[in-house]
Amino acid sequence: MTGLWSFMAEHRAEILSATLEHVELVLIAMAAAILIGVPLGMLIVRRTKLRALALGVAGIFQTIPSLALFGFLIPIPFIGGIGQRTAIVALTLYALLPILRNTYVGLTEIDPAVLESAEAMGMTQAQILFRVRFPLGLAVILAGVRTATIITIGVATIAAAIGAGGLGTFIFRGVALVNDSLLLAGAIPAALLAILADFLLGRLEQRLRVT
Amino acid sequence: MTLAEQNLIEFRGVSWRPNGSTETAIINNISLEVPRKETLVLLGRSGSGKTTLLKLINGMHWPTKGEVLVEGRGTRDWDAIRLRRGIGYVIQEAGLFPHFTVAENVALVPGLENWPKEKMAARVKEMLQLVGLEPREFAGRRPRELSGGQRQRVGVARALAADPPILLMDEPFGALDPVTRAELQREFQGLARRLGKTIVFVTHDLREALLLASRIVLLEKGRVVASAGPEEFLRLQHPEVLAFAASLDVRGGAA
Repeated sequence: MTGLWSFMAEHRAEILSATLEHVELVLIAMAAAILIGVPLGMLIVRRTKLRALALGVAGIFQTIPSLALFGFLIPIPFIGGIGQRTAIVALTLYALLPILRNTYVGLTEIDPAVLESAEAMGMTQAQILFRVRFPLGLAVILAGVRTATIITIGVATIAAAIGAGGLGTFIFRGVALVNDSLLLAGAIPAALLAILADFLLGRLEQRLRVT
Repeated sequence: MTLAEQNLIEFRGVSWRPNGSTETAIINNISLEVPRKETLVLLGRSGSGKTTLLKLINGMHWPTKGEVLVEGRGTRDWDAIRLRRGIGYVIQEAGLFPHFTVAENVALVPGLENWPKEKMAARVKEMLQLVGLEPREFAGRRPRELSGGQRQRVGVARALAADPPILLMDEPFGALDPVTRAELQREFQGLARRLGKTIVFVTHDLREALLLASRIVLLEKGRVVASAGPEEFLRLQHPEVLAFAASLDVRGGAA
């Protein structure tokens, strides 16, 4: 243990910059996944054909093993190649399903009596979406963001395999050199990041829940 | 007064079946007139078409055949949003917005209609008093902090807030305990008379129908099988009337 602590203390600057790289990957991918997933989830509330397509495609991305997904993207021009950009695309695709699905579920699983009276009171579909469905579904949507964030923090460690940096760099190097301290210097901060994100987003979700 | 003005709501040979359905119609060739200030009670078993008939009035459904006139104009010719904002609507579970306070719930339609703030606040206060809820105590509460009866009162206040000439009520007291239900029925009876609204009220409870109606229309399998004032109604000999009357006798009057 003392070996680990002294190793981490010695390399704290590198660990910190890898952690920041990791957080950057996660934040950019999550922002992209939210910007795509939430509006798309709103759109498929009333469009059944698009709904099946969108949920199906997002489901496929989620099913592909993460390392394979990185592999698939590398040969694709513009978005592919080695490095951060490819990793962000893959992470975004990975995070999409939980956000999309929870947005759809959050917006649709609303007390039918509430929706019926909203319609009967003369609210337009847009008013029902933004003033009723959205506020009532927000906690469920956020639960999707939370799941996606935790997945992304985990999968982002693999992004190091395609040269995207982040905490995975330590893990891969530690495995290759059979060096536990090196491996844990990546694994421990990654685990702490996931636990912290889970805790903070869980708290927010509780506060937004309408009973 | 012209005919259209006397009859605030009118069904002309209306049939309705769900979109694309080939099954028998849920509503079958109904013609019905609802004069101003009448409290019309639609009575019938589950599945007799009462709720569907109600939804044909505010354009939640449109007739497959025939037409429904509101204020002399066919519901298809109305802008659905305009039509609905002029018609109050109360349902069994009240359907209050859980993320709104009581005051915000009551102010819903005035808010949609962009009433000025002061007028809206005054109206909310007036409405809460009308349904027997002290504004200072209840205005800031959330629906979950209310009893079933209080929620239903707020539902009525919300429906009346923009002062619509028509009020549609779908088993509004159906989910309440018998004591609370009787309380609300009594108060509502007084309220209906005072406000002079045209009310269409759906129930499967004959006692409630007899208590509140100025006219009872009995539905069976999507057709009107009887229509009479409350005194006259029990004297009718139609088998479905007898079935409902029997339900009163057997259960000793408990609904």
